[in-house]
Amino acid sequence: MAEGMSGALPAPAPGKLDRRKAVAALLENRGPMLVVSGLGSPTYDTFAAGDHDGNFYLWGAMGGAALMGLGLALAQPDRPVTVITGDGEQLMGLGGLATIAVRAPKNLSIVVLDNGHYGETGGQLSHSGAGIDLGRVAAATGFTAVMDVVEESDLAAAREAIGTVGGGPRFITVRIAHVETPRALPARDGSWIKSRFRGHLGFGPN
Amino acid sequence: MTTTDRTVSPWAPILHAALLAADVRHVTYVPDAGHARLIEMLRDTPDVVTTVLTTEEEGVAIAAGAWAGGQRAALLMQSSGVGNCINMLSLIAACRMPFLAVVTMRGEFSEFNPWQVPMGSATEPSLKLMGVRTLRIDRLEDLAAQMASATTMAFNGDQAIAILLSQQLLGAKKWLKE
Repeated sequence: MAEGMSGALPAPAPGKLDRRKAVAALLENRGPMLVVSGLGSPTYDTFAAGDHDGNFYLWGAMGGAALMGLGLALAQPDRPVTVITGDGEQLMGLGGLATIAVRAPKNLSIVVLDNGHYGETGGQLSHSGAGIDLGRVAAATGFTAVMDVVEESDLAAAREAIGTVGGGPRFITVRIAHVETPRALPARDGSWIKSRFRGHLGFGPN
Repeated sequence: MTTTDRTVSPWAPILHAALLAADVRHVTYVPDAGHARLIEMLRDTPDVVTTVLTTEEEGVAIAAGAWAGGQRAALLMQSSGVGNCINMLSLIAACRMPFLAVVTMRGEFSEFNPWQVPMGSATEPSLKLMGVRTLRIDRLEDLAAQMASATTMAFNGDQAIAILLSQQLLGAKKWLKE
């Protein structure tokens, strides 16, 4: 049905990876890493991998996750900063990839869990599902490191890269399967999340 | 004609001093003629990072990330850019984050371009609807005190504040030879 909407672009091969396992592998033994998660399933995946004071869960602000990561990465240049978001969320902020590439923080990684669909709203096909390769978009804007995680065996190299302060900005597409995953809901009180996150870095609420 | 030369921009050093006094370390912007001199001054300021945006809402998210990481940021834009920020301001409201914007107004006093009028007219009400307090500056002599107030309310009082530099203060954009 919706797959027939892919127009002139060749449809990509469907992703295979289990999103929960992939995110858990990327956040294993994360050390000083700070994480911003994009609204919807990436926030659930990040929480399901283990709640952490260094997680900033977004429940809205669609299109802003990577930019929030940019502000954070520049404020905390000695820590690896990882944004975990989805293809739909990143598609709303494509211009932001240009902004990040121009500022080029070496400690920032953008991880897009790409299943080619809007999972939270009924599974409609997204632009990436219709053939737009987000990694190629990031490379065109000037991202210095672009990785494609297709197989489970690719995750180890991605994990090592995002844990490094240097070599960024990085853009990593993780090809996940388009399947229903149970929700795992972290706190929704943004003010509490903010104060907990700042406290983790040694700052007061204001 | 009451038009002033925007390249002289006597408001720029006042804004620059206020941002530095408030320890603002990251300033994001979409260029505007009224902000040109300030942007230039900030780019020449050690310890201040400037980031050019493709659209203004990016600056809202960057400011939130900076604050989460213990740093103060500000966003410079024209009034038309306020319309691009609306949903992203949810982030500031939901997390009760400080937010400071300096907005150069178009679409009001002596405006030549009708395309600037709709968003110029909606700038102040739409900011207020999203929980951003607005401080409108019509006279240069009010700017220093209002900026000091804005930075205190934003960064010490967890408020979202927009300073609106009126088109009368800035001088209408020159389009026609006189």
